[in-house]
Amino acid sequence: MNTAQFIPIFASVVAAATPLAYAAFGELVTERAGILNLGVEGMMLVGAIAGFAVASQTGSLSLGFAAAILAGILLSLIFAVLTLTLQTNQVATGLALTLFGVGLSAFVGRSYVGMSLNGLPKLDIPVLGDIPFVGPLLFHFDIVVYGSLALLFALQWFFGRSYWGLVVRAIGESPASAHAIGYPVIRIRYLSILFGGAMSGLAGAYLSLAITPMWVEGMTAGRGWIALALVVFATWKPMRVLLGAYLFGGVTILQFYGQGMGVHVPSEILSMLPYVVTIFVLVLISRNPKTILLNQPMSLGQSFYPHS
Amino acid sequence: MPNLERRAQPSMVMMFASPVIAAVCMLITGYLLFTLLGKEPLHAFWVFFIKPLTTAYGIGEWLLKATPLILCGLGLAIGFRASVFNIGAEGQLTIGAIAAGGVGLYFNGVNAPWILPLMMLAGIVGGMLWAAIPALLRTRFNTSEILVSLMLVYVAQLLLGFLVQGPWRDPDGFNFPQTKMFTESEMLPLLMEGLRTNISFILALLLVAASWFYSHKMFAGFRMQVSGLAPAAARYAGFSEKRNVWLALLISGGMAGLAGMGEITGPIGQLQPVISPGYGFAAIIVAYVGRLHPLGVLLASLLMSLLYLGGETAQMELGLPSAVTGLFQGLLLFYLLAADIFINFRIKTRKRPLEQAEPVKPALSEELT
Repeated sequence: MNTAQFIPIFASVVAAATPLAYAAFGELVTERAGILNLGVEGMMLVGAIAGFAVASQTGSLSLGFAAAILAGILLSLIFAVLTLTLQTNQVATGLALTLFGVGLSAFVGRSYVGMSLNGLPKLDIPVLGDIPFVGPLLFHFDIVVYGSLALLFALQWFFGRSYWGLVVRAIGESPASAHAIGYPVIRIRYLSILFGGAMSGLAGAYLSLAITPMWVEGMTAGRGWIALALVVFATWKPMRVLLGAYLFGGVTILQFYGQGMGVHVPSEILSMLPYVVTIFVLVLISRNPKTILLNQPMSLGQSFYPHS
Repeated sequence: MPNLERRAQPSMVMMFASPVIAAVCMLITGYLLFTLLGKEPLHAFWVFFIKPLTTAYGIGEWLLKATPLILCGLGLAIGFRASVFNIGAEGQLTIGAIAAGGVGLYFNGVNAPWILPLMMLAGIVGGMLWAAIPALLRTRFNTSEILVSLMLVYVAQLLLGFLVQGPWRDPDGFNFPQTKMFTESEMLPLLMEGLRTNISFILALLLVAASWFYSHKMFAGFRMQVSGLAPAAARYAGFSEKRNVWLALLISGGMAGLAGMGEITGPIGQLQPVISPGYGFAAIIVAYVGRLHPLGVLLASLLMSLLYLGGETAQMELGLPSAVTGLFQGLLLFYLLAADIFINFRIKTRKRPLEQAEPVKPALSEELT
């Protein structure tokens, strides 16, 4: 493969990986606080349509992304109120959030089907972008891609070095102990759920504003679920989330390049790959129960209400 | 929660009132939504919820659409009771349809009475096999059945797409992605002339009874329920968790497969790229709204089926997007989950001294009586 082929392939791997990374980063924070939110797919879809609708009404991509983040936060707020304040079952509520998001996005999106707009532009970074090979390879992405790297370092620092990161981790391990020491368990769980919602909304908008700048019903095609699997695959570690996202990005774009590279497999079969690979890596990582037990936040999925 | 206090024991009244409250809240939201969309809300209500049921044909369609929901919902409810979360019923339904359709296409034109039962068997086995994958991975490799069963939905749908575009496409079908129509002997017999409702509805009713017998009268059903409500107690009693996972997934997979077979040998009559408007996912809502009880599943299926039917009628008569159905369905589950808080809590009306509260009865004994 020569460089002329490699650069566009690499670029599309990164593009496919970016929404997965954002959604998985968000879910990682939520899960580290001990909350399992299965509504990622629904929040991504609502983020996608909210972003697309606002961007095409106002003509501003920034407003589109902002609307998507806001929509994700609002949706996750429903989840937070139900699971944290009303003590509902997290699995059932997360499923409800996804089903609701699918319905809501299809409903709102009806009038936007078939429209298109100018997608998010790539940054033109002076000097660095002009370096042969490396320039077009590494310094020719849009700002959201660079944002995902910044987010990675921010999360690394937050969970590894900061006081509040440790508090979040403590709450995820044992909310009862954290509450006894005096940490605001419910408030922090609220914030981590809202952060997850914001990132899912942003991830959805990246699909509808950057990768394919249009709205298609159900356009996330299971990426929210793959993001959930990524968090398990990454054993709740930010760095591995990003690596996993790139792995899946690679698998996702295989279907587009497989045909071109002379692989004669029907496109439907190639499209199965991301889902099959997801199952495969989940098996790999959960095969050893200790891997999960040692890394999964102990209170994941369990309700907690502080009885003062 | 300043104004709520925990009940001494879960309220049975609220247990049954909660789905009704949820449905009423959904209707109120619908009223506001219709108003917002500039429709006369009462007229829209009439079109959505009453008009479809004013003709015999409409009632037939109502029962027809309820059938796959009942079948999938019954199976999922059995699993959910044991805390086994099969959320891939849509995929098992698709594979059931593929397996049944494959048999039907292979014997196309043979016209023998054994073909339909064979297709039914293939549908059930197909759904079971598809559900066996998450069961195997969960019991053998400790992998989340939620994610695996969900991923397999996409794989199943792509497989169906591949088959009807490629090897199974009808050669005389003007290149449409669909198979040959099934012949008379491969179609489920209709209940009444002029309606599309077929005997799978009767079958679904029989399975409601069978499912009630299984989960409320048989030891196997009891074991699964204990495992769901009190995993530690189930382990102490020596109930096998693996057996529960297998049973839950095989039963729900088989039922979903049967639902898929019923769709292609009933209202559709052939294999197409899309054979279900999300019945397998709607069945999750059905199971919860039906309180994981077979009779409840039946009632919830009728309500959800009416939402599908009303969505179609409203699209034709009022120009409302049919996606409004999915919106209502999601809202219904949200309201249900929120209303469920009153099962365990009540609104505090006056200060009660703590000593007067009745002793807490274990919830388990309540559930099992």
